[in-house]
Amino acid sequence: MEIIDILLAASFWEAAIRIATPLIFGVLGALICERAGVLNLGIEGIFTAGAMAGWMAVWLGAGLWGGVLVAALAGAFFGLIHAILTVPLGLSQHVSGIGVTLLATSLSYFTYRTALPDVSSPPRIEPFRPLDIPFLSDLPFIGQALFSQTAMTMLALVLVFVTGWVLYRTPLGLAIRAVGDNPSSVEAQGLSVYGLRIGAVVVGSSLMALGGAFLTMSAFDAFFFGMINGRGWVCIALTVFASWRPGKALIGALLFGAFDAFQVRLQTEVGAFLPSQVFLMMPYILSIIALIVVARKADYPKALLVPWFKGQR
Amino acid sequence: MIRFEPRSNPGPLLVYGVPVLAATIAILLAAIPLALAGAPIIKAYGLMITGAFGSVFSTSEMLTRATPLILTGLAAAIAFRAKLWNIGAEGQLYMGAMAAVAVGSGVIDGPSWVMIPLVIIAGMIAGALMLIGPTLLKTRLGVDEVVTTLLLNFIVLLFVQMMLEGALKDPMSMGWPQSEPIIDSAVFPPLLERMRVHIGLIIALVSAIALAIFVKRTVWGFEIRAVGENAAAAKFSGISVTKTMILVAALSGGLAGLAGVSEVAGTRGYLATDLSPGYGYAGIVVAMLARLSPVGVIASALFVASVFVGADSMSRAIGVSSYLADLIVAMALLCVLIGGFLTRFKVHFDRKSAQG
Repeated sequence: MEIIDILLAASFWEAAIRIATPLIFGVLGALICERAGVLNLGIEGIFTAGAMAGWMAVWLGAGLWGGVLVAALAGAFFGLIHAILTVPLGLSQHVSGIGVTLLATSLSYFTYRTALPDVSSPPRIEPFRPLDIPFLSDLPFIGQALFSQTAMTMLALVLVFVTGWVLYRTPLGLAIRAVGDNPSSVEAQGLSVYGLRIGAVVVGSSLMALGGAFLTMSAFDAFFFGMINGRGWVCIALTVFASWRPGKALIGALLFGAFDAFQVRLQTEVGAFLPSQVFLMMPYILSIIALIVVARKADYPKALLVPWFKGQR
Repeated sequence: MIRFEPRSNPGPLLVYGVPVLAATIAILLAAIPLALAGAPIIKAYGLMITGAFGSVFSTSEMLTRATPLILTGLAAAIAFRAKLWNIGAEGQLYMGAMAAVAVGSGVIDGPSWVMIPLVIIAGMIAGALMLIGPTLLKTRLGVDEVVTTLLLNFIVLLFVQMMLEGALKDPMSMGWPQSEPIIDSAVFPPLLERMRVHIGLIIALVSAIALAIFVKRTVWGFEIRAVGENAAAAKFSGISVTKTMILVAALSGGLAGLAGVSEVAGTRGYLATDLSPGYGYAGIVVAMLARLSPVGVIASALFVASVFVGADSMSRAIGVSSYLADLIVAMALLCVLIGGFLTRFKVHFDRKSAQG
């Protein structure tokens, strides 16, 4: 009975969509990179950099959207490093990605500590407010669950459709998908494999950074060390689960958000019987299960992880 | 036009010089964040050097830091050799430490020559199992091991936390989530009186040399190299890829588990959730700087350890954030990656009208 009550509450879905938002940004970013043939394990660090840079910009006096822009630029910068190492130089995507994660994380922490050497409690900013759209926000259920989210959640939802439209309805999208499957065919069309791949990684990385920025500028109002806490890696798992499709990415992220919101509520019901860590493990265990479920039929982009050099047939 | 031409046979100067150069460049690049933080640059470098090598105490601290890094570096090196992307050394380290505490904190008692091997074996088995799981998922079902090993790091840390608040909690710890101490007969004895460096260092050095001989001189080692270079060809020539992968997983996970045992039984004496400041991840850098050579891991672990200990001490002296050390280590990884490229390819800057 109580489970049904939980699932039917608008506040539950409100929380689910809020939890899903950074994952939507992250999975979209990861799938754009991977569709072009580049695995981006820089994601965890790029989340951290986006969270720190966006928050820091606002704390220094920029507007909220200015902060979002700064976060996206930070993501693009680390994406460019990963792209240069893995595309024209063709270096190991695994190792380069881990390197970018270590670099982006340590640079973010170092910058934060240097700018704020001795703060005991993290300073706060005025974050994005829940929207109050005339009529829509007053609708029963969906008004609270969907239309009272912040502008960044709306941006994430819009980006799902934009990404899907670009990937499947435009020549650019066709080229990006082709470059991840058969780069030589793209070269034969007279298009630049390097250009497409680097562009996809840079754009994908700035989306990842927005996922981080959502955490410090919308979900919370401050930056903490270790606040990303594996969300980036979860996105890499969800990308496989979503079979590299924006629509499925949205569904996967929402399922994940719903599950996470559910376990938090379950914890308050049965928390006395089980240690809290069991609940905290759930997102990671769920990600592994999701990977196992789809592993057999996962249709990886054919040229993922395969470096391609100019003049190669 | 820039052209890359593969080098058939890079000379020893290139092979050994490039990682040293990469590490040097990373150290020099640290001047930029130091300058931006408004620190006296020359003085900061001086403090880092004395912090790591200035006295017997600081050198002992540096070697204490290097011990787990050698082991996690070896764990990454052997796995990456076989193209098994084990990014889960951090979790395997904690599992090893937990197994060591489980058998070494009073359940069983005996003389040191029984207890020390016992905690080592327990920890290595725990670490190995932690990686054999994801490896089986990879070979049987095609589940990407990068993501599973990464996610397991978070699961293991929560599991350790749970055990430290439950079954493994020290009733004398006044509410701190930490385990009971390792009993005296299982503690790794120190190498120098009143210093922290302990026999874990000797174990790590022996492991490195043993692994080098294993990889170079045994059939299994040959098979690991063959699978890493070309899995399809290795399979064709009759090597069981699955078996080789599981062997690699047992070795790699076992070494990471051993790092946990060494930390818990040698350095710390009990288990807590802050046992490792990311030794598992730093091991990847150590392995890459060593170009995946087990003996090279010793040198690169000493480098990374002196960066950490030196930066910590510098940070205490002039108040620059100690995250500088992580920054240097991350830059060293990216530099050595680029350096590895330059060892394998010659770069030509052609005139614009080079005929195609």
